[in-house]
Amino acid sequence: MTNSFTPGFLAIELDDAGWEGAEISRAVLAAESAGFHAGTFTDAPAPGRANALQRAAFAGPVTRTIALVPEVDTVYTEPFHISTQLASLDYVSGGRAGWIVTAAESPAAAAAVGRSSVTGAALGQEAAASIEVSRRLWDSWEDDAVIRDVATGRYLDVDRLHYVDFDTAVDFETPAGFAGAGYSVKGPSIIPRPLQGQLPVLAPASLLGEVSADAVDAVLVSSPTAELLAAEVRDVRGRIGAPVAVVAELDVVLDSRGQAAGERVAGLDDGRAVYAGSADGLTDFLSELLKEADGVRLHPASLFVDLEELGRLVLPELRRRGVLRPPTPDGTFRDLLGLSRPASRYATTAAPAGAGK
Amino acid sequence: MTQHTRATSEIFTPSGQIQFGVFFQGVNAGTIWKAPESGSQTDFESFRRIAQTAERGLFAAFFLGEGLRLREHLGRPHALDVVGRPDAQTMLAALASVTTNIGLVATQNTTYNDPADLAHRLASLDLISGGRAAWNIVTTDNAWTGANFRRGGYLDHADRYKHAEAFVETAKRIWDSWETPDGPARRVLQQGQHYTVDVTPRLPRSAQYRPVLFQAGDSPEGRNFAARQADVIFSAHPKFDDAVEFRKDLVERSLAAGRGANAVQIMPASEFILAATDAEALEKKEWVRSLQIGPQQAVAYLEQFWGRELSAYDPDGPLPEIDPVVEETSETRGSGFHGAKARQLADQWRAEAKDKGLSIRQFVTSRTARVDATFTGSYTAVADQLAEYARVGAVDGFNISPWLVPTGLDDIVNHLVPELQERGVYPTEYRGSTLREHLGLETPVRSSDGAVGAVRA
Repeated sequence: MTNSFTPGFLAIELDDAGWEGAEISRAVLAAESAGFHAGTFTDAPAPGRANALQRAAFAGPVTRTIALVPEVDTVYTEPFHISTQLASLDYVSGGRAGWIVTAAESPAAAAAVGRSSVTGAALGQEAAASIEVSRRLWDSWEDDAVIRDVATGRYLDVDRLHYVDFDTAVDFETPAGFAGAGYSVKGPSIIPRPLQGQLPVLAPASLLGEVSADAVDAVLVSSPTAELLAAEVRDVRGRIGAPVAVVAELDVVLDSRGQAAGERVAGLDDGRAVYAGSADGLTDFLSELLKEADGVRLHPASLFVDLEELGRLVLPELRRRGVLRPPTPDGTFRDLLGLSRPASRYATTAAPAGAGK
Repeated sequence: MTQHTRATSEIFTPSGQIQFGVFFQGVNAGTIWKAPESGSQTDFESFRRIAQTAERGLFAAFFLGEGLRLREHLGRPHALDVVGRPDAQTMLAALASVTTNIGLVATQNTTYNDPADLAHRLASLDLISGGRAAWNIVTTDNAWTGANFRRGGYLDHADRYKHAEAFVETAKRIWDSWETPDGPARRVLQQGQHYTVDVTPRLPRSAQYRPVLFQAGDSPEGRNFAARQADVIFSAHPKFDDAVEFRKDLVERSLAAGRGANAVQIMPASEFILAATDAEALEKKEWVRSLQIGPQQAVAYLEQFWGRELSAYDPDGPLPEIDPVVEETSETRGSGFHGAKARQLADQWRAEAKDKGLSIRQFVTSRTARVDATFTGSYTAVADQLAEYARVGAVDGFNISPWLVPTGLDDIVNHLVPELQERGVYPTEYRGSTLREHLGLETPVRSSDGAVGAVRA
């Protein structure tokens, strides 16, 4: 690495906290005080798992620094609803919301809503369409659309609201049936522009291709083993180019309370790289990994057990070594990713120089 | 005891109490945005402030509406009223973390959601909030709204309640599906005219069993739907005589639906303009009305029905002599336009305004202000009025739309609630931790395993 090295960030998956409000608060506050930069919430249809976006929303008002990033599916959902929900999450979290785009390849998810199962290239196409709809809707109210002009009696300046007129143009590449049907969305959004303008959008590297790298702000990279992870990060970065953050995915099982990690590792079988061992070893591993990746998302085997060890032993040492940045109170998620606040694509005045996508 | 509980009794018995809910409206002319104290309609702090004030006043519930398409006026978004609102369930999940007792009611449409998905999200809200969630069931059928959705506007108007009812019954089966709090879940299978659902639900029952169901339809079909399915009807009949009449009607419908006379509670929409004396309250009302219906809003209101621009007309002059555009055009959708009746309506209104000597602005104010739904007076006078509603059981409570955000409940909580408590007609504490407990609703009985279409996974 060169001297321009920027310290990285760490995210942690918080699903183990379950659905009870008190437990969600406990987990997200522990993660925030440990110095994690983002907490993520999974939405795969596992028994006992409450809606990811609502868990993130609950965490919003009780925290002030940590970014809150739910997974939201793009295949069996309404893009208009998703856009509104994510924008709302941005409001309740004070600009700390992001979106992990997923495209469920799931016959069960299809059956639940009475659609035929979407597979193959159509998954990425669904994701790409849904991202585009959300991004357009988030821009459909310019920042200063609410004018509250008493003299003219206008609450809104309607010239600063825009129809998005999204149309997939063609059907998705899927066998016959509603699942593959293209669609259109008129707009404008039902909610004013999110506080961040555009929420950061994260997508797994597996969706790239159908989803253009330009459409996302960060890519989540997995590898089958921990040893291969840094190389995979390098490879993905080489393919997509500079402006997109690369985030490595790592399962973590730490030695804890006299129990060796090896004894707790059984049961982890999600295809992600696993680190199992001591806190010191993990610190060394992450120090190296953060030289390649902009950030790492940790999936703890047991949230409250591993979170305690991470907060006590790992994160302080990573910050001391200068590979992990200190959290920024009151920063937005875009700030964390080094993204400026973009002007609306529909803005009638000139966009400020240096505005992002 | 269960044979003779209030909910299953065939005879209506007033509870002798009233409850309050608050409806934070994102879109309407009722919320004043022109006053110096008018706050943000989207900042979380506004929602927090209202919800926490309501909770301080022991309100049973905090309501949010749902936006699916921005209201339009003459083909463009309507500019004169407050507009722009968050997703109801996302906001309510956030409010769950800064409140402890108040119920959280999300208005959600049956047309633009899938039963399995919506039931899951409502169950999530119910669990996250510790048993405080409710669903205000609404239906829409127009293609204009459908333009924002991939499914489009596919519903026949005549079918919308059948569709909604199939939706609600599916949702109930999904909430019933866990046999014990630890599972296992029964698979829910429905192959019907309206939905195909095949799902093994992910979440157990909540502390209040399942979300409370509110319904707001007022047509005979809407009332029957509520009588069959709902726990609370969010009515449009706050005036005393109307309320008593509506209660009678709903009791009959509930009994006809095989439920008890007390099974469905009634909470009309309402507005309160209060002060220390009646005279001050009347003065305040003038001020409130002048800010709710400004000159531009008055003209715009007529434009919705006339289907054409009327900006040349003086808001303080008589109603336009020009005739409405009769055919229903895309320019008037999403408004109050009623198709071919426009010309007849205009004649009627012109005659009425002339009779009463009303200007455009006065006429529109008399129509749009919640005339029947507004309680105006001193704290003690209004408390006496409400005590009478409680005594005869005209309603179970009022769903209050504050005309100011976020301070619009302060008067009610600081002054009216103590007066009502003194009269013994308002709660002095939360009865429990769930919305069902606050409202005194019975826990639903789990449907039998033999329910049509239900199969064991």
